Order: sequence, then structure tokens, then C-alpha cells
Amino acid sequence: MCPECDAQVPVEDGVERGEVVTCPECNAELEVVGLDPPRFVLAPPEEVDWGE
Amino acid sequence: MRVGMLCSRIRVEEKLLRDALVHRGVDVEIVDDRELTMTLAHPIRRWDAVLERSISQTRGLAITRVLESWGIPTVNTHDVAATCASKLDTSTALEAVGVPTPDTAVAFTPEAAIQAAEDLGYPVVLKPVTGSWGRLLARINDRDSAEALFEHKALLGGPEHSVFYLQRHVDKPGRDIRAFVVGDDVICAIYRESDHWVTNTARGARTRDCPIDATLRQMSLRAAAAVGGGVLAIDLLEDRDRLLVSEVNATMEFKNSIDVTGVDIPGRVAEYVCEVVRGAPVGVGG
Repeated sequence: MCPECDAQVPVEDGVERGEVVTCPECNAELEVVGLDPPRFVLAPPEEVDWGE
Repeated sequence: MRVGMLCSRIRVEEKLLRDALVHRGVDVEIVDDRELTMTLAHPIRRWDAVLERSISQTRGLAITRVLESWGIPTVNTHDVAATCASKLDTSTALEAVGVPTPDTAVAFTPEAAIQAAEDLGYPVVLKPVTGSWGRLLARINDRDSAEALFEHKALLGGPEHSVFYLQRHVDKPGRDIRAFVVGDDVICAIYRESDHWVTNTARGARTRDCPIDATLRQMSLRAAAAVGGGVLAIDLLEDRDRLLVSEVNATMEFKNSIDVTGVDIPGRVAEYVCEVVRGAPVGVGG
């Protein structure tokens, strides 16, 4: 369930803990923190030192 | 062989790299940099090497520093990643060995930055010394824009805004080139095409295979060697009939480059990591 809007967030095959998915209802970026059952937290916002 | 893969989040690249390592018989441990604790006097001894894929350059640099102090090889090495994390360090490394790069200047006050911009000649590009994905790039076309932008930057404050890093704008042909260097080989290259002057794929640029000719190969290997070598993405600009190296990236993203080049980029990186673990001499570019 999306922590932002309570929508059910589908988890596709192959998704792993630590991945970021998008809520289909509110477009929030969510980090997968559990898979059985699926659990999400809001993904941390981009920081100035992120990159390649 | 046991390899730690340092991550902040699991992206397509991290999955592909893990799978490529596992395919080569490597026991891979995903290490979340947000959960890691390192007591300096008590080394963690369960990795033969660590592949650094942190999305945070600060964390990646801190962790590789400690790992290397424990004698654990890292890909890339701390010094290489540190050089690439700073555009100024990269520029000075390239200049030191004569690798062509856009004319670059630094200044530390808005007034001095205006002078530096005028010395370079408009348009100039203002970049953050640390930063990626095309973030906070500004093309400055004239003195009015420069004064406004530098005043804003000074008022924002903080160390990241205290250095004015400027480059002469290169009027590239709607694209730049990214060459992927692994050890002493340029394994593939792509064009990054965009109608916008910023041609990062993070900003929507399209990718297309770029043939590797002798000039591109030599320039890429020289740039890789200048920063210390390893697994690197070299960004180059076409400035009329010559190439300029603009940046070198030490934690490269490549998901948009595999299909267009047909090159198994994660596989080549995995092989390099295995070579590092075996202690084989690995090339450092040209």
C-alpha cells in the first residue's frame, strides 16, 4: 500500500528490496522495503551528491 | 570468490552487475550503504573486493577509503572515484597530461567569476564542482545573465556554491559521446542526442551506437589513464574537427547503452572485478 495515498501498489515479478517503484495513483516514488507482504516507504529525495 | 556490491538502491544496473558476477561463479553480497557500519579497528573480512555502486558519491568515497585501509580492493579505487567526483580534480588531471578539455576557469567571488567568464568568452557554462545527471548546469550567454546567476549562487551560500567552475561553451552538434572504458579497453561508445544543449540521458537524451575510431579510442584511454584507470565512462564533446573530454564518471550508468551497442557491459565489468580479485595486472588506459 502506498504510504502517501493508500493506493494498492502492484509488485511485478523480479522486483527486489531496495528498488524504487512509482505509485500508479499518486506517482509518488516508493522504495520497496519488504516483499512478503510488499511494503513501501517514500523514496528519499535526490541529494546534491547523487550521481555517476 | 566473494564480492560485496555497495549500493544505495537497486537499479537495473545493479541487478545486471550482480547477475553477471554470479554467472562467473562469484558469491555476491549486496551491501546497503545506509545500513553499513564500519569500526576502523575491526576490519570486515568477508569480501575479496567491493564493487562500489553507491548513488551517493559522499558515502561511496568514505566507504572505499575505509575498505582500502583494510586492504580490500575496490572498483573503482578511492582515488579514482575522488578525482571523478570533483569536476575540478578531473579537469586538472586531464590538463596535467595534455588531454584536450574545454577551456576551464575557477573563481571564488561573483566579481571574479564575471571576470573569468569574460576571459573565457560568452557563452560559458557554469557547473557545480560536484554533481551529476546534468544537475545545476547553466549556460550563460551574456554579462547580464552572469551577474544575476552569480549573485543568486552567492546568496544561496554553502560550500557547494562557493566555487564558480566555468567552462567555455562548446557548440556541439546536438549530441555528445560517451565512451565506456574497462581496464585498458574501450568496450563501446554511444552518442547521446538531444535538442537541448544538456545531453545527459538523465535529462532525456536518446542513445545511439557510436563507432570507435582510433582517435576516440586513444582519447578515451588517455582520459581514463589521467584519472587513474578502472571502470569509467568518458564524456566527450565534438568541437568542430576535434574531440574534447568534458567529464569522467566513476560509477557509470549503462542500462540505455547495452541494446544500442550490443556489448555486454555488465559482463565486461564483472570480468574486470574478477581480475582485480585475482590480483591480475589491470590496465589503466593509455
